[in-house]
Formats: sequence, structure tokens, C-alpha cells
Amino acid sequence: MSLTAPLALIGRITLGLLAAVGRVSIFTGRAASHILRPPFYPREILSAFIGIGWLSLPVVGLTAVFTGAALALQIYSGGARFNAEAVVPQIVAIGMVRELGPVLVGLMIAARVTSSIAAEIATMKVTEQIDALTTLSTNPMKYLVAPRLLAALVTVPLLVGVGDIIGIFGGYTVATSSLGFNPGSYLTNTVNFLEPLDVISSLAKGCAFGGISALMGCYYGMASGRGAQGVGTATKGSVEAAAVLILAANFLLTGAFFSV
Amino acid sequence: MTKAADTPPMIALTEVAKAFGPKQVLRGVDLSVARGTSMVIIGGSGTGKSVLLKCILGLVEPDAGRIAVDGADINEGDRDAFLARFGMLFQGGALFDSLPVWQNVAFRLLRGQLRRPKAEAREIAIEKLRRVGLTPDVADAFPAELSGGMQKRVGLARAIAADPEIIFFDEPTTGLDPIMAGVINDLIREIVTEMGATAMTITHDMTSVRAIADTVAMLHDGVIKWTGPVSQMDNSPDPYLQQFIHGRATGPIAAVR
Repeated sequence: MSLTAPLALIGRITLGLLAAVGRVSIFTGRAASHILRPPFYPREILSAFIGIGWLSLPVVGLTAVFTGAALALQIYSGGARFNAEAVVPQIVAIGMVRELGPVLVGLMIAARVTSSIAAEIATMKVTEQIDALTTLSTNPMKYLVAPRLLAALVTVPLLVGVGDIIGIFGGYTVATSSLGFNPGSYLTNTVNFLEPLDVISSLAKGCAFGGISALMGCYYGMASGRGAQGVGTATKGSVEAAAVLILAANFLLTGAFFSV
Repeated sequence: MTKAADTPPMIALTEVAKAFGPKQVLRGVDLSVARGTSMVIIGGSGTGKSVLLKCILGLVEPDAGRIAVDGADINEGDRDAFLARFGMLFQGGALFDSLPVWQNVAFRLLRGQLRRPKAEAREIAIEKLRRVGLTPDVADAFPAELSGGMQKRVGLARAIAADPEIIFFDEPTTGLDPIMAGVINDLIREIVTEMGATAMTITHDMTSVRAIADTVAMLHDGVIKWTGPVSQMDNSPDPYLQQFIHGRATGPIAAVR
């Protein structure tokens, strides 16, 4: 092995990474442009809205309610160390709205939606359905990718909003039923403490995470290799990529919104 | 075959080459298909027959060579209008499993340039299903509920739904019983002679070849080893062709590939 081998390896990895970033960027640009240009497929768009938005409500609600409840317990017991038990409503609100709501909803969407998009599109690729679409004069980017991306961009922020509210409700339930908080003042404290920017950042993160989830599912699905193994690899890769990108984007967005 | 002489070929391939990674699949294919004729491509598994059809459709981009359809280069002109002239039956059927059978068949008739009212599209779909030997009650089934052979025939109905000028059939009779294979062979022949379509068919089934071909081309090692009218196929001295059409294990084509 020559001395320059490690350098060559670093170079290869870097080039591979840059090429992947380029491919994903081109894919994103193409997908976004197809959202805006006719023809549109209303039936596909509707079914994507239902599949990505509506049907994700149960898992999003359950995730949020348990997280909010656990958060209230943690803040109460942690706060007790320096006599700050009373801040439960404020910390639950800010924690859910700014961070946990968007991130956990984003990760649940990555688990539920990204995987299903990737597996479906990859199977279509493997069984020549994507080729069949093209020969039937239907652009797969427009027919498969654009409706899913649009649905995710619109519905995931809404899901995050719902998740924020349900999370706060989870904290409220625990705090009022077993931690001795007064229901009225808990809600007043929550509402008075939250600022518009908290909510805006939450929804903006939802939009970004929705976009990431749909794009990764579609990108990995369209780039799938052959056979059952190809579909498996595509699905796994899509969820990994979506989850990591969501967490990275969360860091960047938090920095952008709240760094002083 | 006389009309072929004075008009340009419907499909003309010149020196078409395609490699996937280190694997050179097509090494310079020259082939022309006359308008309104049926060309059958034969050759061993994995010799690039499907890739050849996909190159013509633009699904696979060749590394070199030129492909012309009706005298015009396939990379020029409006893509939608170009594809609207084609129908293709994929090897595995490639039906959309989220749509019921009739919407699969009428896919092209429900959207885009060839769009027509839903009731009319459904009627055409059921008529095409009947032509491939399927009863109207399969129209509302989903592809996953059908047997492999039935799926294939639905794929065939979809390929011919919009009465295309050029139709590609990738192994149309594989997985069908001999009687149904006969029905499909007759149908392909009928589409060519009655509708005047130009057909390219990939098959391993020599009965099919004799039933549907005007001309035969044999693809081996990435090039066309032999091409000619089906009537001359049996008399050709070409050893590759003879080994293939008689299904001999020994000959110039290695059994282990």
C-alpha cells in the first residue's frame, strides 16, 4: 500500500459526498419546479395529503402527548433541585414548541412517511413501473415526486402545530392531575410565556423537515438498485438520511432563529 | 413488404452501443424496422434485447450511435408527442398496483394529450381487455389480485389501449399457457396487419417467432448476428442462429454465460 493511499481515500470520499450533494440538489430543484408547472395530478395530490398528513395524526398525537407528559415530570423533579418547580408550564411550552415538537414529529414522519415513500417508489422502479410511467407520457417526477413533496411541505407544519398543542396538553394533564398545578393558571402561564417567534420557528421547522422527509424518500426510491435487496437498501438509506438531515437542519434553524 | 422499399424505415438504429459499468451490453447495433412490419428480436437471456428497446424509447441513454424513428432523431422534437406514438408491454407487466385494472389499461386515456371522458376511457379499456382474452369483471380488480399471466395480458391491453403506431412487446407470451400464447400471437399479428402498426417483439418462444414475425433479428454478443425475413430463418447457414432456433446445448453460443 502506498503512502498516498489514505489521501486518495479521503479524496474519493469527499468527491463522492460532493457528487451526492449535487445529485440531491438537482433532484430537489427538479421536484420543486414540477410542483409549480402543469399538468397537475389532483388525485395523486389528494392521496398524498391524506397519506402523509391525515394518516400521520395518530402517531404524531401519541408521540407528542407522551413526550409532553414526560417533560412535565422531568422539569418538575429537576426543577425541585433549585426550587423551580413552578416553571413547568413555561418549560414544557418552550421545550415542546421550539424543539421537541418539530424534531419528534419530523423523526416520526421520517420513520413513517420517508420509509413508505422510498419502499413504494423503489418497488415501482424495480418492477419497471417508473419506466412504464415514462412510456405512458407521464413524468414520474411530476406524478410521483411533486405531489408527495407538496403534501409534506404543507401538512408536516400543521402536524407539528398539532403536536405542539397535544404535547402541551400532555404536560398539562400530568401537571394538573398529579403535580398539583392549577388548571387555569397553567394555561395562562403557557399562553403568556410563548412568543410568536416560538410558534413561527416551530412551523418553519415543520416545513423544512417535511420537505426533507419527502425528498429523501423519493430520491432514494428513484435511485434504488435491483431486486428486494435494492428496495431494502433504498428504504434504510432514506430513513437514515432523512433523520440525520432533520437533526442537522434543526440545529441550523435553531441557530438562525434564536442565536443572539 | 413492398411498401418498405420506398419509405424510410420506421425505426433505424446505427452503431448503437451501451455499457453498464464494465459490462458492454450493446457493441454497435445496426438494425432497421420497416413501417407496418413485425420484427422479432431473439437472443439468449441477458444479451441486451430489453436494453435495445429501452434505448429506442429513451429510457436508457445509449453511449454511442444514432436512433431514428420515422426519419427523425429521437432526441429531437417534443418528447410527449414522441412517446404518444408508442405502446410498450414490459417483461413483468409493470402494472401500477395502486390503480384498478381498467385505470391501468386506460392510463394514457385518462390524462395528458390523449385524455377523454372517463366513461369512454373505461369502455375502451374493457374492449381492450376483451381483445386479450379477459372478461369485463377483471376491470375493477387490482393487479395484485390477478395471476401472472393475467397481469401480462392487462399489460398488453395497456400497451395497445391508445392504438399506438409503434408497439414493443417484451416477452409477450412468457408465463402464458399454450392456448393463451396462441391468442396473444394472433392478436399481435392482427395489430400489425389490421392497424398497420410497427411492432418489435422480444421472445424466446420459437412458436411465437414463426407466428408473429415478418423479419427476425438475432442479437448476440452486443451485435446483430443475423437478420432477415422469417421465411429465410430456417435455411440460413448461420451457426449461431441455427443453434438458437433449434435449442441445442452445443454450438458457438456458450451454454454458460
